[in-house]
Amino acid sequence: MEHKSKYPVSHVVGFLFSLVLTFVAVFVALKMNVSYTIVMWIIGSLAVIQAGLQLFMFMHVTEGEDGKTNVINMAYAVFVAIVIVAGSIWVLTSGHAAH
Amino acid sequence: MGIKWNEILVGGDPLLVGSQIAIVLTVVAIVVGLTYFKKWGWLWREWLTTVDHKKIGIMYIVSGVLMFFRGGIDGLLMKAQTARPEMNFLDAQHYNEIFTTHGVIMILFMAMPLLIGLMNVVVPLQIGARDVAFPQLNALSFWLFFSGAMLFNISFVVGGSPDAGWTSYFPLAGKEFSPGIGNNYYAIALQIAGLGTLMTGINFIVTILKMRAPGMTLMKMPMFTWTTLITSIIIVAAFPIFTVALALMTFDRLYGTHFFTLSSGGSDMLWANLFWLWAHPEVYIVILPAFGIFSEVIATFSRKTLYGYKSMVISIVGIAFLSMIVWVHHFYTMDAGPAVNSFFSITTMLIAVPTGVKIFNWLFTMRKGRIQFTTAMLWALAFVPNFVIGGVTGVMLAMAAADYQYHNTLFLVAHFHYVLIPGVVFAVFAGLYYWWPKMFGFMLNEKLGKYHFWLFTIGFNVTFMPMFFLGLKGAVRRAYTYSAESGFAPLFLVSAIGSIILAIGFAVFCYNIYWSFRYAKRNVSHDPWDARTLEWMTASPVQFYNFAVVPEVKQLDAFWHMKKRGETLTLKESDIKKIHMPSNSGLPFYMAVVFGITGFFLVFEAHIAAAVAAIGIVVGLIVRSFDYDDGYYVSVDEIKQTERTWRNVEGGTENHVG
Repeated sequence: MEHKSKYPVSHVVGFLFSLVLTFVAVFVALKMNVSYTIVMWIIGSLAVIQAGLQLFMFMHVTEGEDGKTNVINMAYAVFVAIVIVAGSIWVLTSGHAAH
Repeated sequence: MGIKWNEILVGGDPLLVGSQIAIVLTVVAIVVGLTYFKKWGWLWREWLTTVDHKKIGIMYIVSGVLMFFRGGIDGLLMKAQTARPEMNFLDAQHYNEIFTTHGVIMILFMAMPLLIGLMNVVVPLQIGARDVAFPQLNALSFWLFFSGAMLFNISFVVGGSPDAGWTSYFPLAGKEFSPGIGNNYYAIALQIAGLGTLMTGINFIVTILKMRAPGMTLMKMPMFTWTTLITSIIIVAAFPIFTVALALMTFDRLYGTHFFTLSSGGSDMLWANLFWLWAHPEVYIVILPAFGIFSEVIATFSRKTLYGYKSMVISIVGIAFLSMIVWVHHFYTMDAGPAVNSFFSITTMLIAVPTGVKIFNWLFTMRKGRIQFTTAMLWALAFVPNFVIGGVTGVMLAMAAADYQYHNTLFLVAHFHYVLIPGVVFAVFAGLYYWWPKMFGFMLNEKLGKYHFWLFTIGFNVTFMPMFFLGLKGAVRRAYTYSAESGFAPLFLVSAIGSIILAIGFAVFCYNIYWSFRYAKRNVSHDPWDARTLEWMTASPVQFYNFAVVPEVKQLDAFWHMKKRGETLTLKESDIKKIHMPSNSGLPFYMAVVFGITGFFLVFEAHIAAAVAAIGIVVGLIVRSFDYDDGYYVSVDEIKQTERTWRNVEGGTENHVG
């Protein structure tokens, strides 16, 4: 991101948004009187929103000479995320281990 | 807080009291020695504040050798305890602590720093760079690793060692079953060291992608550089998982959360799952650079270019990919069901394919080569058959159905020692003998090296081969003793004798370092092995700016072809330009100290003290943000002067000074 001034506006905004999203998640999880499934969906969505926000505010996703590097990085991140999240859920919820 | 401060020092056991006395005496000796020889300033300027990748590499290697000693002593104690049935040399608790620290230290504080040390010394030289991409971050990596390692190492005399195995499985590692502070050391010290490793991974990816000499395309990179690149990528993928898992463990142990506990909705197997999501790639993080070292050594001493370069690269990438999707094979017996276990059986067995490709490539590199039996080459030769034993037993273990029989036996222990010792330790020794002249300007003694090699290799086989058979007979791992009726006694005794031979081999290595440091010939050539890659193009030991003029690369094995084309190392005065270098900084060392203090307080659950110490970390970060030091320039005159000490700056040149 190009800055006219030296003051890192987008970083500060990104940081504040991240804090807000995190505290909303805490509030939803601890204070709101809704079912477990709904809480999971809300804080899951907030996490994805925050990840996207950080990509733009901190992770230079709009920078670079060509898009190639970013495509590789994204593919790598998606692969790692699927392995860790989907893999863990699959391993820990199937078969005898889950019961 | 529940910590009894007057019982902090672990006492009672004569072994421990002896160690405490030895530690105090060593510290006193170091302080007195440094003061007497007036070396404090030298230590600070040349080492503690350095950002030079070669010096950082050497510090990694020194730490790794020291940790090898510590981990080795742990191993010998275990072997002494199990040498005879129903021995009372160590009690069960002490034995638990020792196999835990042995595992953690050998993997994280021995194998990792020795390999990262060699990567630090060699990779920037192999790609014709003047340093890594982020020199000060590199220093921070080392100091955080060192801080974590020291914090972990004091555990056995201050507060008690972790005792839940290097895997630290829950629920055993939780507060409920391990109420002492020992396992806090595991959570905090590994966190600090892991931060350093993660930074190393990022640093080397950027260095290799951005700082190669002109003309060096990716497919012209030396194999060790390739393996370092792929290793760094696995580090960046895997270490954050461990960071998170350790943080959750810390919350569970220190702040009463329930991520991994049995009660209140925690999942103990989630720890095992996250741990191995990191720890299996971790095994490949230590094995891939080792493969790179063997590739360099075998090509150099077979006088041939590496066979099947492209298939080597594809194999490393394949191994890296597969390394992320095999983790469940460490806990088939959790019983995740047939689909999960079958999937992970197949991916695990698949790893044998790229690994097999690599083994055959090394054999074909040697085929019709003019092999020189140097010590470095001997390690590479011994690696092949020994590693294959480890690999084949690995495929046996990969079968989920069969694994139910092998699980938790000494068969498994023998298997991973057959993978990690030939795969990593032999590689480190090969690399040290090979690159020693580049680091220090003298060679390690070849004759002592061969004693070292034979004692170590024979000792290794005598120690671990019996453990395969003990395991098949049903001897379980992590048991501190066994009955005479079990019939295990003879093989355990053989194994114990082997460990002594192994230890003598390591002692010969240490003596070799001492002997060579004192007596070895000093005017060693810049290229004593007639080698192939760019690091041999510059002086031994390497000047702090690496290359007076950055070399131009035309093909693979660039330096070899330069020699074949008769290109001399003569330097034209007009080619010498001033060189930009990074300034030293005391900040990384400061960060290590504050991280260490914060970690220590956290281990003892002194939360307020830890919070106060953590302010020091934030201060360090702020100071770094306002650091506008852009480095300095080395003058042309200084470069000329330095280069004249080892080559002609104008006129003829000698390829072999030594």
